[in-house]
Amino acid sequence: MTRFLVPLAAFGLLVVVLAIGIRHAPEKGVIASPLIGRPAPQFSLPELGNSGRLVSSGDFKGKWYLFNVWGTWCYECRAEHGMLLEVQRSAILPLVGLDWKDDDGEARTWLTQLGNPYAVVAVDHSGRTAIDWGVYAAPESFLVDPRGIVVYKVTGALTREVWTRDILPRVSGGSLGGS
Amino acid sequence: MRHRAATLPLLALATLLLAQAALAVDTTQMPTPELQARYSALTHELRCMQCQNEALADSPVQLAADMRGLIRDMLLAGKTDAEVRAYMVARYGDFILFRPRFNTRTAWLWLAPGALLLLGAFVAARVVKRRAALLAQDPDPIDEEGRG
Repeated sequence: MTRFLVPLAAFGLLVVVLAIGIRHAPEKGVIASPLIGRPAPQFSLPELGNSGRLVSSGDFKGKWYLFNVWGTWCYECRAEHGMLLEVQRSAILPLVGLDWKDDDGEARTWLTQLGNPYAVVAVDHSGRTAIDWGVYAAPESFLVDPRGIVVYKVTGALTREVWTRDILPRVSGGSLGGS
Repeated sequence: MRHRAATLPLLALATLLLAQAALAVDTTQMPTPELQARYSALTHELRCMQCQNEALADSPVQLAADMRGLIRDMLLAGKTDAEVRAYMVARYGDFILFRPRFNTRTAWLWLAPGALLLLGAFVAARVVKRRAALLAQDPDPIDEEGRG
């Protein structure tokens, strides 16, 4: 009887390990951000189209905002642009753009042609601010709460599904004084 | 004749080495050999997050170049290797380290091979012992084999 018990237990263990692997398969390509639950990185960068003015992380203290990293060189950014415009129309929270390693002129043309969903866009020519946020590919979006804590990160395009499933519940829950 | 035979492979080797140098992604020069060595070690042990199986030192993508530039500046500003590593891990997570640190999340990664090896050794030892015991009980194994 014990003859079969050991292989059976080993097989059971293997099933459990593989099941965990399959469960996590959809997140395989996504690297969890260590920033979640921690204060959003500080930055102070020139504003797109108004380089005399600085955009800094302190400007948004006390409100929810979605920090969206994009660039005109990024295909997925074009794909998510429609959703960004929808977010802007919903007026639930402001979008703060980070124009990452981009040409200012092209970025302005992009916003004129496709519509500008952002409350403000900061320009990151050196790429240092993006690194500070742990960005590794555009688009990426970070949900920041009124205390300035990063609550959630979207890697890849912001879709309606992600917005309603992952962003909205966090924002409405937080504004009701929860968490 | 013998002379030329020797030069040819040498020439080929030199060409290969030159090609390698021309292909090198990172040509950063640090002011001192000590800093250069630390820079090189760090850029080789940190992962390029965009092309995830390449080290920062070998990756041609823009993000890797930006991260190398940041590491260079941090070292020039007198930061220690541990501070550079901690900065990157705080932003990109343990995944950025090719050699993950030992902590509660990575413990299984470090301990599992040893544990499995011990388990294997234990099972093997038991099997061998049992077979040896069987053999000892058998008064004439060779004869039996002959009969069978």
